[in-house]
Amino acid sequence: MTVNIVSMPAPALTRRQLLKRSLAVSAGLVVGSGFLAGSSGAWAVEVKALTPATMATLVQMARDIYPHDRFEDALYAAALKGHDENAAKDDALKAMLEDGVAALNKSAEAAGNDSYLATGWEIDRLALLKEIESTEFFQTIRGGLVVGLYNQPAVWDKLGYEGSSFEKGGYINRGFSDITWL
Amino acid sequence: MTSPYKLDDDSVIVVIGTGAGGGTLANELAQKGIDVVALEAGGRHLPGDYINDEWASFGQLAWTDMRTTSGSWRVAKDFGNLPAWIVKAVGGSTTHWAGASLRIQDHEFRAKSTYGEIDGASLLDWPITLKDLEPYYDKAEDKMGVTRTNGIPGLPGNNNFKVMKAGADKLGYKNCHTGNMAINSQPRDDRASCQQLGFCFQGCKMGAKWSTAYTEIPLGEATGHLEVREHAHVLKIEHDDQGNVSGVLYADKDGNQQLQKARAVCVAGNSIESPRLLLNSASSMFPDGLGNSSGQVGKNYMRHMTGSVYAVFDKPVNMYRGTTMAGIITDESRHDTSRGFAGGYEMETLALGVPFMAAFLNPGAWGREFTAAMDMYENMAGMWLVGEDMPQESNAVSLSDAKDQHGMPVANVHFDDHPNDLAMRKHAYQQGAAVYDAVGATQTYPTPPYPSTHNLGTNRMSANAADGVVNKFGQSHDIKNLFISDGSQFTTGAAENPTLTIVTLAIRQADYIAQQMNEKAI
Ligand SMILES: Cc1cc2nc3c(=O)[nH]c(=O)nc-3n(C[C@H](O)[C@H](O)[C@H](O)COP(=O)(O)OP(=O)(O)OC[C@H]3O[C@@H](n4cnc5c(N)ncnc54)[C@H](O)[C@@H]3O)c2cc1C
Ligand code: SF4
Repeated sequence: MTVNIVSMPAPALTRRQLLKRSLAVSAGLVVGSGFLAGSSGAWAVEVKALTPATMATLVQMARDIYPHDRFEDALYAAALKGHDENAAKDDALKAMLEDGVAALNKSAEAAGNDSYLATGWEIDRLALLKEIESTEFFQTIRGGLVVGLYNQPAVWDKLGYEGSSFEKGGYINRGFSDITWL
Repeated sequence: MTSPYKLDDDSVIVVIGTGAGGGTLANELAQKGIDVVALEAGGRHLPGDYINDEWASFGQLAWTDMRTTSGSWRVAKDFGNLPAWIVKAVGGSTTHWAGASLRIQDHEFRAKSTYGEIDGASLLDWPITLKDLEPYYDKAEDKMGVTRTNGIPGLPGNNNFKVMKAGADKLGYKNCHTGNMAINSQPRDDRASCQQLGFCFQGCKMGAKWSTAYTEIPLGEATGHLEVREHAHVLKIEHDDQGNVSGVLYADKDGNQQLQKARAVCVAGNSIESPRLLLNSASSMFPDGLGNSSGQVGKNYMRHMTGSVYAVFDKPVNMYRGTTMAGIITDESRHDTSRGFAGGYEMETLALGVPFMAAFLNPGAWGREFTAAMDMYENMAGMWLVGEDMPQESNAVSLSDAKDQHGMPVANVHFDDHPNDLAMRKHAYQQGAAVYDAVGATQTYPTPPYPSTHNLGTNRMSANAADGVVNKFGQSHDIKNLFISDGSQFTTGAAENPTLTIVTLAIRQADYIAQQMNEKAI
């Protein structure tokens, strides 16, 4: 269930080129027509069904659900990419995701912010998420993430999990009993 | 006659399921020259195909056909259509199992006499004793190559074990070691020794861990007396006018229905599918299902009192390296009501990879408390707590309104924890955390039960036909050529992991079936 990031045409766009093609910039994310990118230009995802702005909000929402400050946005975007692909084949899903994000923005506005993305503090965004915790929208995003985010080898690397070992001869000579601090 | 057998050959013994119970029984019968057709719903996967990747392996091997749940247990809320973690493949759940192989203790066979009447519990004594089973336990341990038996050395301790051991020593526990594992610590029976891959739950790619998939099944097939049909999903057991079973109806790999005739039928589909099959086989002669004159088919479902404790330290542990279940503390497995509950529990190391840790650490949880734990994955140690749960008549496998891909009603699994289970879990969480606190844990996490891996009791053995489904040999009280050959025979759950006992009972049952055939009783 690992989702691959669609990489930008090589060489990656420069930050200036990115900004030129982009419609909106927020929270380290660049929203362009048909794509969403990191504002450093290091990664980008194409979106087919969802609007790039919706995807940007979902990336922030994903980070707020499973906040790992060592994880770059690309890992969250990769974990969400499947929803965009499924939404391309499923109008009801597409509507559920777009409506869910719209509702989130609306409650952000009611709380005095321009949008969910423009809500600066995590604690304020969490309050908005708490309100929708039991909705199908929230559970679809969370349920997809708990598999999609943590099933990425790049995430395993960050958390110190070495994964498949058979092809390396197991751990018998690679530290299965190397603990020294006890 | 030698394999393959004809559908209308009514001299064969049909075994349903090829896991711990069915796979062992099929081989034991074949070794005696008895003709066996084993029907297995899943396909055949061998060490070469196993995948060192948790979700990919789950997709390859797990039973994911529809099931439903009810009751107040947390699994129903978190995993409503996955009450149990069971394999659908030749070898059954012995492909996924960790290999912990413990004998049930003497007093646990006499649960009712030892614990007395407990409100709400449908306790019984087993109709057999430890003494009856000892010779068969010996055979099972030898067959499975259990460490610390038959002169086989223990496995080396991995990091996760070393943390447990240091904590156990500090707490004053006396019995902590690297376990009695059906995993080769040295080459044996043409199988390699453990290379500490750390993917025991995903099928052992070394073949170091015993699994019927690559031990019993090929040994049985080599005799010429065992035919294993893969992708053969049994839908119904049929009977004749006298009320004896006469054959089984199954869906083959193309979905076509086939009727295999049989001299006797042995059901070993694990404790959820076995009672479901008996209930789905209801007829005008047996309106409540086959072998169900007692009304006990599907009742008394047990899943062990379980839980896990994961602990975080200030330095790395790397618990996932090496044997998944790499050590045990047995001190709490005694019966000692001063702790506030009857029966006991075992503490066994357990490691999950990042994908499963995310799914199981605290299902449904989100936010920084959850991710703080995940961020410390490298510094985590973990153990599984497994103890005796109280049988309750209302905990039951029954037929659901939902239907499977073959149009048959699926199993609903209903479970509520008994107060004794809750008291034991609380104690076990405290002791598990204490083990880790003793060696400097900075956090401990009481992790709720996973979907059931130990499914027991739904066709229980009883001395009296009114109290259970089968006699002390796993033979139906009602129908003499119908046998139950898996963990659903268990009268009570005991604290120990069940598979060694399932295998032991299967070896013993094979002797009994051969004897009954000789005597023309079946
Ligand atoms: C992750 C994990 C770890 C475990 N670790 C341990 C451990 O360390 N120690 C221990 O003692 N136990 C352990 N267990 C439990 C152990 O696997 C089971 O107790 C044991 O395999 C049960 O044996 P069984 O014969 O009852 O059923 P299974 O081994 O599950 O076999 C049942 C077979 O029947 C087949 N089947 C079902 N219905 C039908 C049908 N209608 N038609 C045809 N075929 C059918 C299934 O596909 C399956 O192959 C573990 C289990 C899991 C999942
Ligand atoms: S740790 Fe040992 S038993 Fe487990 S999968 Fe690896 S080789 Fe097999």
